Amino acid sequence: MLNRYPIWKYLIVLLVLAVGFIYALPNLYPEDPAIQISGERGVKAISQQNISQATSALEQAGIDVKATEINQGSALIRLEHANQQLSARSVVTDALGEGYVVALNLADSTPDWLRAIGAKPMKLGLDLRGGVHFLLEVDMDAAVTQRMNVDASAMRETLRDERIRYRDNSVRDRAITFSFLNEGELEKAEGELRSQYNQFEFTTRQQGREHQLVMTLTDKAVTDIQDYAVKQNLTTIRNRVNELGVSEPLVQRQGPSRIVVELPGVQDTAAAKRVVGATANLEFRLEAPADAQASEVETFGFRNDPSRKANLSNDVIITGDSVSSASQGFDQNGQPQVNINLDGPGGSKMNRATRSNIGKNMAVLYIEHKSRTRTVMENGKQVEKRTPYTEKGIISLATIQSALGNRFRITGLDSPTEASELSLLLRSGSLAAPIYFAQERTIGPSLGQENINRGVLSVEVGLVLVVLFMLLRYKAFGLIANTSLAINLSLLIAAMSLLGATLTLPGIAGIVLTLGMAVDANVLIYERIREELRNGMSPQQAIHAGYERAFTSILDANITTLLVALILFSIGTGPVKGFAVTLSLGILTSMFTGIMVSRAITNLTIGGKSLKKLWI
Amino acid sequence: MTSFDFMGKRVAAFVVSILLTLVAIGTLAVQHLNLGLDFTGGTLVEVSYDKAPELDVVRQSLSTAGYQDFSVQTFGEANDILVRLQQKYDQSVGDSVTSALNNADNPVSLVRAEFVGAQVGDQLRDQSGLGMLVALGVVALYVAFRFQYKFALGALLSLGHDVIILLGVFSLFKIEFDLTVLAAVLAVIGYSLNDTIIVYDRIRENIRKSQTSDMPRIFNNAINQTLARTLSTSGTTLLVLLALYFLGGDMIHNFSLALIIGVVLGTFSSVYVASALLLVFKLQREDLIPAKKEAVDDELP
Repeated sequence: MLNRYPIWKYLIVLLVLAVGFIYALPNLYPEDPAIQISGERGVKAISQQNISQATSALEQAGIDVKATEINQGSALIRLEHANQQLSARSVVTDALGEGYVVALNLADSTPDWLRAIGAKPMKLGLDLRGGVHFLLEVDMDAAVTQRMNVDASAMRETLRDERIRYRDNSVRDRAITFSFLNEGELEKAEGELRSQYNQFEFTTRQQGREHQLVMTLTDKAVTDIQDYAVKQNLTTIRNRVNELGVSEPLVQRQGPSRIVVELPGVQDTAAAKRVVGATANLEFRLEAPADAQASEVETFGFRNDPSRKANLSNDVIITGDSVSSASQGFDQNGQPQVNINLDGPGGSKMNRATRSNIGKNMAVLYIEHKSRTRTVMENGKQVEKRTPYTEKGIISLATIQSALGNRFRITGLDSPTEASELSLLLRSGSLAAPIYFAQERTIGPSLGQENINRGVLSVEVGLVLVVLFMLLRYKAFGLIANTSLAINLSLLIAAMSLLGATLTLPGIAGIVLTLGMAVDANVLIYERIREELRNGMSPQQAIHAGYERAFTSILDANITTLLVALILFSIGTGPVKGFAVTLSLGILTSMFTGIMVSRAITNLTIGGKSLKKLWI
Repeated sequence: MTSFDFMGKRVAAFVVSILLTLVAIGTLAVQHLNLGLDFTGGTLVEVSYDKAPELDVVRQSLSTAGYQDFSVQTFGEANDILVRLQQKYDQSVGDSVTSALNNADNPVSLVRAEFVGAQVGDQLRDQSGLGMLVALGVVALYVAFRFQYKFALGALLSLGHDVIILLGVFSLFKIEFDLTVLAAVLAVIGYSLNDTIIVYDRIRENIRKSQTSDMPRIFNNAINQTLARTLSTSGTTLLVLLALYFLGGDMIHNFSLALIIGVVLGTFSSVYVASALLLVFKLQREDLIPAKKEAVDDELP
């Protein structure tokens, strides 16, 4: 019989609808202001004891706690009032002491049964709801020092290659100094280095019996290095934020040496803070031979056993900067590891260094720039004092069995979390200079309430207009189209919530626009039905032919648009990506509702009945 | 069903299209786009009030002082306010904002004033450009595969026509081009492509069904048959957009404007660029229906 669906098709439609409604549901529950606590490096788990410590401190400070919970090693303390969030954070930071990351958060209040099946609400964007604001300070002095150390290491290599013997080498302030035993060696060295390093000013002097070559960075070179450092860090942090999967973030430079990161209501702000602010890097060095000069050796402890120490050469083979891709995995013993691919120059450096040192030991150093922050009272005001320090520890020391290429793996990490974070950091590029959190705040929405209200009103009016238009033009079938439109909207919301998309005002306008365009499928079908009726088909045949013949048009048109959206998604970043997600989801749900759902409704209501006339 | 002679007026339409495209390229070359805060960066001013102020009052005083294109938001506590301005940073901007906001019963002090960089990095700009090109290439391939290469060429040129003229309008009238407008341009590409394919689909169907080789007549029929659908769909879309444009406020004003222009252009170009170009490319029945003669040839020894 024409226009009848087999029962299983109705069931599929019903199932999709039910799932859609359930996953769209969390959007009806509001969010709570909260603070989130997690251990540094993702290692230390938060215990019930930590929480009671924190809550009693909060109680003393007169801050009302709504609820607490522990989830996968991190704790969430929900607060009654949004304006107590900031003071709550400093109270808890002081109460717990070092080793914990305390971050501001907006926690959703989805009921447990919904959360158990992975349902969560869509986040509202920075323009509608605000979010967290991190201000990061780039350490400009360290940028210069870091760069000079790299230069000095390269200079030493040049001198060794040219067989020019130097006695001593030091990097201090903005100068690199080499000492030579006689003037001839100095002149040869100067001739060799001057052409390669024109960002330095060269001077010579005699000190005792030593002839010294002093290379000082010019002021312009210093500004260039610092400017480059901020730009490079900006790119790296953008990459990291994108890797975190936060949609619609804001990352921009502020002033000469600072970077702003704003994230809309991130679920795990503590993790975001750890990843955004992380300064972890790797260095690969050879173990120093027993007879090496003291000036060419540095001693480091092992990271998981500080009492064990090893002497490493001054020279860095490569750093994490040479890593082109990295992923987390497990070795055969189930220990976490990071698989690394080096870029071309890094790979050949590594190959050269290991080829000539088979049988010796090579160490992987894990480097982290950190800072201790203490709140002190100064002139009656609370001031945050920061002291930066660097932690370097060996994570592995292994014998070189054969020459290494550009693919290998690193073991000796504490936990899978650490391995995955390290690989994320190596992937998104390195920081040209250490960064510190200078400020953390929650920020209000960037749009005024009036603006938001107007936006929402216009969206509602637009939607009502479409519904009225369809009713007037297609009468009974307009009703079917509108029903499938409503279903389309809730499916779209469900899909966006599941993917963790962020809703901004232009995003909402985009959704409504997809709805405006989504009626296209129904319009195509209904116009075709009308046409077939005019050509003299019976109502049931016309319905059948209308759906059948409009189908190729709908498919072709939607597949081409979907192709555009998918490519924009895979290549674009940030806002372009967010838009591509909305567009592709919109196409998929509107194809489903426009073809399957509206057909199911039609078949269920009038399919197979003998009709004299269609009310279309 | 209507029976307008669309193809009969194609020469006039070509003249209009070419003129508009030239004007658009000209204005884009001469005065570029008026890029917004997202692309250029601007100035950020943080001020601290004694008591928490009403944000609307803050916005009001900034407007009165002659500032345009700014955003005002609370920063941590309710009495700390963050103001972002479109203009370039200079030394005096912090003080002038502070004095514009200052009033006797709720004194304001300046915390900091700094420049902020673009929200969109060079990386995004390059990647979006590349993404657009790849997307167009893949779409052309798909259309060539499903239809024929002449259709692919027509669809591409019609997309280029829409995007260039749309950008040209924004450049000519110096309307601010920000990230929301970029999103709108992407949506226009989707919409225009959709429209073009619907018309192409009907042209293909009619060529296969009909016996004549009178292409302009087949085209006219196809366009007239899809006209009701085209008007309904662009009608509903325009209804939404007009509501957004007139009621939606500043934030989505330019976004909806770009889309309104884009929808009109897309509807026009699917008929007069995408379809009419097929006549210029001398589309034949044989392009869609493989000639039978060749099959016979193959069987010859």
